[in-house]
Amino acid sequence: MITVDQGIPLLIVRGLTKSFAGVRALKGVDLEILPGEVHCVLGQNGAGKSTLIKTLSGVNQPDEGEIVWRGQPVTISDPVAALELGIATMYQELDVVDGLTVAENIFLGHEFATAGVTERRKTSRRAQEIMTRLGHGGISPNREVGTLSAANKQIVSMARALSHDTKLIIMDEPSAVLDSEEVKNLFRVVGELTAAGIAVIYISHRLEEIREIGDRITVIKDGTTMATNLAVADTPTQDLIRLMTGRTVENVFPPAVPVAPDAPVLLAVDGLGLAGSFDDVSFEVRAGEIVGLAGLVGSGRSEIIETVYGARKQTSGTVTVEGTRVEPGSVRAGVHAGMGLSPEERKSQGLILDEPVYRNVTLASFTRWARFGLLSERSERAVARKQLEALELRPADPDRPARTLSGGNQQKILLARWLVHGTRVLLLDEPTRGVDVGARAEIYTLIRRLAAEGTAIVVISSEIEEVLGLADRVLVVAEGRVIHTTAASDIDEHGVLDLVMKGSAA
Amino acid sequence: MSEQNSPVAPALAGEGHIAGGLPPANPKQRVLNRVLGGSAGRSIGLVIALLLLFAVGTITAGDRFANVENVLTIIRFGSILGVISIGMTFVITAGGIDLSVGSLMGLTSVVATLSWVQDFADSTNWIVMVVIALAVGAGAGLINGIVIAYGNVVAFIATLAMLVGARGLAEVLANRTTQIVRQQGFLDFFRGDILGVSILIWIFAIVVAAGWFLLNRTTFGRRTVAIGGNLEAARLAGIKVKRHMTSLYVLSGLTAGIAGLMMVGRTTAGTSTHGTLYELDAIAAVVVGGTLLIGGRGTIMGTVLGVLIFSTLTNVFTQNNLSTSVQAIAKGAIIVIAVLLQQRFATRASRSK
Repeated sequence: MITVDQGIPLLIVRGLTKSFAGVRALKGVDLEILPGEVHCVLGQNGAGKSTLIKTLSGVNQPDEGEIVWRGQPVTISDPVAALELGIATMYQELDVVDGLTVAENIFLGHEFATAGVTERRKTSRRAQEIMTRLGHGGISPNREVGTLSAANKQIVSMARALSHDTKLIIMDEPSAVLDSEEVKNLFRVVGELTAAGIAVIYISHRLEEIREIGDRITVIKDGTTMATNLAVADTPTQDLIRLMTGRTVENVFPPAVPVAPDAPVLLAVDGLGLAGSFDDVSFEVRAGEIVGLAGLVGSGRSEIIETVYGARKQTSGTVTVEGTRVEPGSVRAGVHAGMGLSPEERKSQGLILDEPVYRNVTLASFTRWARFGLLSERSERAVARKQLEALELRPADPDRPARTLSGGNQQKILLARWLVHGTRVLLLDEPTRGVDVGARAEIYTLIRRLAAEGTAIVVISSEIEEVLGLADRVLVVAEGRVIHTTAASDIDEHGVLDLVMKGSAA
Repeated sequence: MSEQNSPVAPALAGEGHIAGGLPPANPKQRVLNRVLGGSAGRSIGLVIALLLLFAVGTITAGDRFANVENVLTIIRFGSILGVISIGMTFVITAGGIDLSVGSLMGLTSVVATLSWVQDFADSTNWIVMVVIALAVGAGAGLINGIVIAYGNVVAFIATLAMLVGARGLAEVLANRTTQIVRQQGFLDFFRGDILGVSILIWIFAIVVAAGWFLLNRTTFGRRTVAIGGNLEAARLAGIKVKRHMTSLYVLSGLTAGIAGLMMVGRTTAGTSTHGTLYELDAIAAVVVGGTLLIGGRGTIMGTVLGVLIFSTLTNVFTQNNLSTSVQAIAKGAIIVIAVLLQQRFATRASRSK
């Protein structure tokens, strides 16, 4: 057993920075972990929590900064190095292998073996011990992990973290796949671990959980530590939300144009549900109106928009575009009815990266310029050029491969595609992801202009401020339900986060 | 693969919660799904298919089919394909593919029967031919592995290149001739039998046993499954993925070397055309056997059954004097049906997560 040595920090992180392809994910993170404490790391989506975790677990290498482990400066060169130090990580995405048994998963990479032959009995017995310690002794160590529920896979993942001589366990949103009973069990286990001197970095959106098991809090925003070592017991929720919100970068949103009360309803969603994902979602979007869906990752917002579009088939409810009901689960029907989607993953879901810009623009409608099945390149290019000029694409060269353009300009290509197609209902999933700050304002202006021209727009973003700044009306989504609908001017970031966090506690 | 702990009747007791997305099937149906979805279940399906083929053979060809001698013929016929299929099972379980094994059989058969190699064997021992063939097979596999793992070339392309290149090299070395084996010790061994059972069958049996042990009882085998099932998890667990992938292709090349030698033994000659299209038969046998083509699940017993199904099919058709063309049609149908069934199980399994 590790001796509890309160006072001397187990881990000190100073001034950690990390850039990916020129984008600074971490701009100076400080963190201090004491043995046996539950240290909560709070921050909005994109604040840099994942990058921080990956750096501590050896997946990423920091650009600058210092990591001090038990008094010694260390370099964590790979995941094995992290494990050897005693840092184990439970990732949010399940990191188990379905085809192996529980015991094999727990000891994967550090098996009990003699000359390469696994010691099955010992492996089984030790796995059983750890699972019992975690309160799940009922799961047979010889059971194939693929047959377990998501919650039980998480237990296996935790058992793996404990199978090393672990001094620090990083838990990335461990409660996300658990129900309340299992969360209780998780907390019991965390309590036992910390009593034995093992420290836990606990990452969660749920403030109630943090109140229940956390000792201290570090708040991260935009890759920077905003506050560190706040005592959970005497930090008001309002302060935490204030630290998490408010951008350091100024975003300029174009002024909203009031929607005419007699503007026609272009998109009507009624009682839409997708089993296991979201339920009973209803809203209308009028011509010229921008409706925003605000919610955290995993709230169901992307699934909602994809179901409206027809990329997923709803299990209940209807989607109506300009008075015509759209056939469920058919993208073709959705596009035919006048909908267009700019997906979250522009590069993998939206663009054909190696094709020239103009072909990407005309992709949804190129048959229009075809004669007897042959494409007319010249007219295609002309139409694309006209649209791209209106959108101020830079560089204004329709023949460049889409890959070579910046994120903001790639977004313009997608907007141009739907404009050329004559789309009346535009669904935008994360319209400014990967778009730098300067170009964002331009995208915002474009979206507003499209609305002013009579398009109905639905926008979703993990950046709550973006939804609020851009939309006329906001639907707050949490755990697959719309928990609040309001005019964007009547709510602030603060209010949305408050709703989301209360909602997820339910 | 959990051939040893079949998930046929997992103890539900003690597991607090079943996944939310489980289809609302009645319990009977659910158990049935698990039985059929588990690897043991798939093997049962294959055994039934094999028995059906035997029944057809017995009905249509009578005693000519149903006798010990003929059964041994079926197994001997499948033994060469069987050996490379075991290597292929490992590669596919890890999410890879090896198209070069057929060509490598040709290359190793040629190298083993080169006149200077045979001369050298004459002056020492016939084992020399074996060692050289195995070294060539493993060496070519090493090249495959390095190109794939360290050169980041897609396995399909890398091994396709080896398929073409190795066949060409074999032609150059053999000067497009058929090299007859005159080394008597080699022939005595490979054409001999032990307890009335052909040595080819013994070799197949040993490779199967070793393959089963390696896949199911060693860290190497379990890590192979991990790499195919969840590459990221394997990497995070500290498995040296590149090195492991490389060694899998070496293993596959090695089995191609063994198969090349068996081929030389059976035909008493080495030629660059040995093993042509064997890679496709091996992939078919592995997939029909229930190993997932996307990796993460592999079964040696399934592969053996897949091989036996194909060789029994050939035997039944030959006994009935049916053309190889009709045979090929039946083979194609079997592959499609097997994969369709496999996919159904795969989606069912992912839905119940």
